[in-house]
This record gives sequence, structure tokens and C-alpha cells, in this order.
Amino acid sequence: MSILSVSDLRVKLSGLDILHGVSFDVAATGVTALLGRNGAGKTTTLRAVMGLAPYSGTVSFAGSPLDTRTFKRVQAGLGYVPEDRCIFAGLTVAENLKLASRTAKPDYDLVFGLFPELSQRSAQKAGSLSGGQQQMLSLGRVLLNGNRLLVIDEPTKGLAPKVVTEVASALERVALAVPVLLVEQNLAVVRRLASEAIVLSGGKVTWTGQSQTLLEDAALTKSLLGVGH
Amino acid sequence: MSTIVLLAVTGLGLAALYFLVASGLSLVFGLADVLNFAHGLFLSLGAYATWVAAEHMSIEAAIAVGVAVGAGAAVLVELIMIRPLYTRTIEQVLVTVGLSMAGVALLQAVFGADPKPFPRPQWASGVLEVFGARIPVDRFVLIGAALLVFGALMAFLKWTRYGLIVRAGVENREMVTALGIDVRKAFTLVFAIGGAAAALAGALAGIYFTTVSPATGGSLLIFAFIVVVIGGMGSVPGSAFAAIAVGLLQQFVNYYGTSGAGDICVVALLAIVLLVRPKGLAR
Amino acid sequence: MKRFMKLLLPLGLMAVFVSLPFGSAFNSPGTLNLLALCLVFAGLAAGYDLLFGRTGLLSFGHALYFALGVYVTAILMRQGIPLALAAVIAVLCGVVVAAALGAIALRVDGIAFSMVTLAFAQVGAILVARDPGGLTGGEEGLALSKGVPDFLTGVANTVNLYWLALAYVVIVLAVLARVVSSPAGRVLAGVRDDARRVGVLGLNPYSFKLTAFTLSGGLAAMGGVVYVLIVGGASTHVASSELTLMLLVMVVLGGPGTKYGPAIGGALFTFLDYQLTGVADSLPGPLSQPLFILGTVFILAVYFFPGGLAHVTALKNVLPRYFRRVS
Repeated sequence: MSILSVSDLRVKLSGLDILHGVSFDVAATGVTALLGRNGAGKTTTLRAVMGLAPYSGTVSFAGSPLDTRTFKRVQAGLGYVPEDRCIFAGLTVAENLKLASRTAKPDYDLVFGLFPELSQRSAQKAGSLSGGQQQMLSLGRVLLNGNRLLVIDEPTKGLAPKVVTEVASALERVALAVPVLLVEQNLAVVRRLASEAIVLSGGKVTWTGQSQTLLEDAALTKSLLGVGH
Repeated sequence: MSTIVLLAVTGLGLAALYFLVASGLSLVFGLADVLNFAHGLFLSLGAYATWVAAEHMSIEAAIAVGVAVGAGAAVLVELIMIRPLYTRTIEQVLVTVGLSMAGVALLQAVFGADPKPFPRPQWASGVLEVFGARIPVDRFVLIGAALLVFGALMAFLKWTRYGLIVRAGVENREMVTALGIDVRKAFTLVFAIGGAAAALAGALAGIYFTTVSPATGGSLLIFAFIVVVIGGMGSVPGSAFAAIAVGLLQQFVNYYGTSGAGDICVVALLAIVLLVRPKGLAR
Repeated sequence: MKRFMKLLLPLGLMAVFVSLPFGSAFNSPGTLNLLALCLVFAGLAAGYDLLFGRTGLLSFGHALYFALGVYVTAILMRQGIPLALAAVIAVLCGVVVAAALGAIALRVDGIAFSMVTLAFAQVGAILVARDPGGLTGGEEGLALSKGVPDFLTGVANTVNLYWLALAYVVIVLAVLARVVSSPAGRVLAGVRDDARRVGVLGLNPYSFKLTAFTLSGGLAAMGGVVYVLIVGGASTHVASSELTLMLLVMVVLGGPGTKYGPAIGGALFTFLDYQLTGVADSLPGPLSQPLFILGTVFILAVYFFPGGLAHVTALKNVLPRYFRRVS
């Protein structure tokens, strides 16, 4: 069973081919990790899935094709946590959350339960938060609404080890309820969270399978991702 | 002393006009990346609509009609002309350039190129004595209107959902859509607000200058552009501060220097701000 | 052979323009004067396109450099300075002012750049209108009363003004062709398409943009020198922001970034503006305003012929594309 199905995705940005026909499925439960070296096309793939990058090919969600407009995709239940968090620095924490809530009853209990710091700092400008707190806010924004899939781009990038653990625990809990498509460089986090893995290289899918299979095979990991563990 | 007070109040009155034109321009630019050359047309439309309506009703009601016409025109322009070209910034500018050209020509064809005398309400005539200076009341009307609009805009931005969307959109428009929000509705709204404020400026400029002509919008627009750049695009308080600086500088230098020197000083101020803070004062 | 074919079109065009004054239909002084004006604006539009179409810079201040050419020439000649020297000084003024103001304006990009150039040009318009020291004649303008060489005065010599205007267009087009085919021209195209990529190549987009801005300013000033001789004086109109907007319209109508499009747009716009003004009073309502017609045509052109006259393509795709974007 898959919740999101991507087929023959091609993206061209300022004249350069970034993706040359990417196809994969995202499982309806648990975390599917999208892996690859820098410049492999992971972020572009997520942006195309969200309708933020112009593409050709098809992206279908829960069996039906998606609207071309980003806000309609989000309203259909695709929650997006972008690379570099993209919180609104000039708005307060409370305003960031308020802007993101689309339902009559946003689930503040879930968000503040996972990230108590956000409720303590709700009147603070988001731009003055630490990197870890900003990441929590960015995650919190999508957790307010009942989503059917979360698309999360490098949530632990640039965070201190202690915060990485905190974010990973939160994601682990979230993933029990909602499937996640996760781009992540930190293989320890991938090992802890992901059941499935897709590897991109040079704008193409080069490997798919169980993430455990990939990560237990040091030689394979090294050849696909260029890193040991 | 009394000259200085008179110059200061007159400068602030001018600043009020600049602010009314620039605030909408700045929001439209900050949110939607649209440099709207037709913004001066909304001003002229508001002035002429007020002028026409004033023959049939009280001046207060006529101003309301002018503001409504300005807002309506702005919404139509956004929906029909700007919307098909979103993300194509240059083409949007071109279309508004063509619109301002054709629009001013249309106004000339309908109302003639010569200035028309503008009705002057009771409450905007007479003089008020402040610190020994005799100051025409119309200046205070301009300042009061600008303060009201400033307060209303700040309240809108701070307390309403659309205000929140506008503030967030000025920072990062793409991320607003990625939160599931149709940011285009906010574009239309911001156009309407800008059109209404410009039309109000048009009606008030008619009262202040005592005439209205098709060229009024264009000449105020250039200084409004300067105010927007100095104040930082997308910032209402920035526009307010920049408008005050520009209005006072222009008024004082034009009085104490040779005529026209104030206008040149304003451009010099722009150059200095750009050299020191290329993003404007607010950012 | 290929090189020869490439030269055929410009040479053919040249032949047509050189022979025009010898045809009976065009050799009346009035027609020649209009043709000369059309040619000056053809050259101005082409020079403006070096910024807009070739480099992607939307300047709203081009009138300033044109006006510098016009007014500096007129003012110096009224002081008794010979035409040749006055012309050289006028062009140098255009170059120096463009370099100085461009250096500031190019610190910001995109729309802010447009606004700043507009503001700078406004200073020119104000100076010209306020008549500092009795130099510019204010709203009255300046007439070129003395010092104009004999071969450029009098009705019988209108044809010489035509040659002068033709020479100006040829110079502008030659300079542009040279710039565009040079390595620097390719960098400018890169700046237009994606400034960041030029930065990645280790080139500084700023200095290339400033060069284009300065060159374009100098060419505009040169056009001003020719214009003041054709019209026989200077008026405030040449410094107005409307003039820049018209140049923009000419370029967009003709086809930005194409070899001859901007020049054709400039000549055609000037011709139509003149002709429409001639028949305006007989037309009803807004049609009596040439700018209403030209502005409307311009708007339609932006939506439906984005490449200008040089790229008029299939009409049938045009409306569906518009409505797709509206929805």
C-alpha cells in the first residue's frame, strides 16, 4: 500500500536538468527515507511533490492526481517542513502557529506536548529562537492539522546532538500516526526512524528497499551514499 | 518661529499624501512583487470620481464614492491584468506602464487636460492658530486622514488573519502557500486596500491643491516610489517614517533654498539611503 | 558566403534608407523631418534595448541621458561654442553621469533599480523645468538660434538632417552588434537570464551591468545631440519620465533582445504617434488620444505577443493561455 506515488518526475531549473525521470512509492505507514549525496536531487524532488518546482511526470496522492497549486496540495493533507525551516522570523511563535492552523480545532496539545518550549515562548519573535527551537516550530506548524502525509526535508541539519535526539524522538512519535517522507543526512536518525529507503543519485533513483538492508551493508551504503557509518 | 511651524505642518501634510500613496504601493510590492505604475491612476480615478459625485451629494459621501471607485478599479486591475502574469515581474510592470499611459489619456479624453476646480468642504477651509502660526486647516485634514489610515492598516496587519498572511507573505510568499493558504486572495485584498488609500489621497489632494488634473497621480507617484524604496518595501511603518522625512525635507529646502532644491535633496536622500542600507530603512 | 548573406540584410536596409530622399514620395522637407525623427527614436530605442532586452535591466531613467545630450548641446551652442565641440561635450556628459548614477543605482536589483533610476531622472526633469540660472529656459525651452552650421539650416537642407539621423541609427546598431557578439555581450545575456550563474563563473555582474548602463547612456546622449538639431531646440518633454516609458513601449512592441526589433519599434511608434496626433481631432472619445491607443496596443502586445513584432507567432494559442493563467 502506498500513499504517494511518483512517476517519471523530471525537473529542469534555469536550463539545467535536475531530475531525469524519478519514480518511487511512499508507504502508507511509517517513515520512508529519501537518501543521496549532496546535489542528488532530494530537495528538488520534495519541492516538485509539493508543487513548488515546475515538473513533468505524475504525482498521485492516495490514488488520485494532485492539484497543480501548492496550497491545494497542502489542503489535501500533505504537510511540508522545508529545508532550513523557513519559519517567519518577524512573526511570534504563536502567530507562526496560528497562520499554519487550517482546522477549527488545531491540535495544540500534540504540538505543545512534543515541544513544551514552544508554549513557553509563544510571545517571542520566531527569528530570535535557537535553531533547534525553530525546527520544532516548523514541525509544530504541520502537526497542528491532521495531515495524511508529512514531507520533511533535513529536520536535523545544523542542530546540536542533544537537539537531534529530541527532534528524532518527536518524529518517531509522529510517525506512529502519520506516514512520513523524510530527507535526512544523519544515518543514525535514518536507522532509528525509517523502514523504507529510496536512494537518489544524479537525478535518478539508484536503489530502493528496506532501509535496514541498506544500512547494514556497509559496502552498499558507501557505494550509494559515499559515507561509512 | 511661526514660519517653521507652518513649514513643518505643511511638510507633514505633504508627507500624509505620500504615505497614503506609498503604503499601498509598498504592501503590493512587498507581498506580490508588483511595481504598480498604474497606482497613480487609482489616485486620479479617486479624485475624478469624487469630483463627479460631489455634484450630486455631499463632499463626504463623494469622497466615499471616490474611495470605492479606487478600490474597485484596483481589484479589477489585479484580477484581469496582473493575475495572468504572476511570477513574471517585468511583464507586470510593463502592463501597468501601458495602463497608466492609456488611463491618463482616457481621463484626458473624458475630462480634458486642464485642471478642474475641486470642491472645498467647510471643514477643510479656514485657518488655525498654532504657536503663533496661522495654518490652513486642510493640512490638518491630510495629517488626520493619514494617521487614521496608518492606525487602520497597523490594526489590520496585527489583528486579522489576512493581516497575518500579508505580514508572512512579505517575508516568504512561497512558504505561505506551503502552509495551505491561497496567497492570491491576499494579493487582491492588498490591491483593494492600496487602491482605496490612493483614491483617498486623490480626493484629499484635490482639496489641498484646489484642482484636479489627469497628471496629478503621476507627479505624486514618483515621490511615493522614493518613499517606498527609502522605507523598505512591504513595511507600513517604514513608509510612514520615510514619508515624514521626505515631506519635511522637501518643504524646508524648497522654502529656504531655491525652488526645486527640495525635490533634488529628496533624491539625494534616496541615494544616500541606498549606499548605506540598500534594503531600505525597515530591513 | 555565409558571412556575405549575413551582411545582405543590413546592406539592403541601408540601400533602402539611403535611396529614400531621392524618391519623390519622401523628399518633401516635412516628410524628411518626420523620417529623421523616426530614425532618432529608432536609435534611442535600440540603445535602450542594450539595457532592457540584452541585460535585463529595467531602467526608468533613460530620458535623463537623452535630455543631457539635448540640453548640453543647446546650452553650449547658445554660448557660442561650435557644434562639434558641444556635441562631444554633451556625449561625454551623458557617459559620465550614466557611470556615476549607474554605480549607485546598480547597488540594488530588480524593481528597486527601476524605482531608483526613475528618481534620478526626475532630478533632470525638475532641473530642466525650474530653469536654474536661466540656463534651460524652463517651460519655454531653448531655441537653437545661432551657431548651427549652414548645411543643417533651412528647409532645403532637411535632407542633411535625415542623413545625420540615419548615421546615428547606423552607429547605434553597429555598436550593439559589436557588443552583442563580443564575449562581454554573452556575459550580459547571462546576467539577464540568471545573474547568479555569472557570479558562479567568477565574473562580477556589477561591472558588466555598469558598462552596459554607461554605454547606453552615452548612446542616448548622442541621440539627444541629433534630436536637438532636427527639432531646432530643446523642450522639457525630452527629460520627462513619459519619454522613458515610451522608449520601453517601443522596445517591447518591436521585440526586446532582437537585432532590429527595437529600432523598428522606435520608428513605427514615432510615426504612429505623429500620424495619430494629426487625425486625432476627427476621432471620437478616447480614440482622440494617441497615447490611449498606443497604451492599449502595448498592453495587448505584452499579453499576446511577448516577443514583440519580431516574434509574432500563432494567434490561436494566445487566448487559451491567457484564460489558463487567470483561473
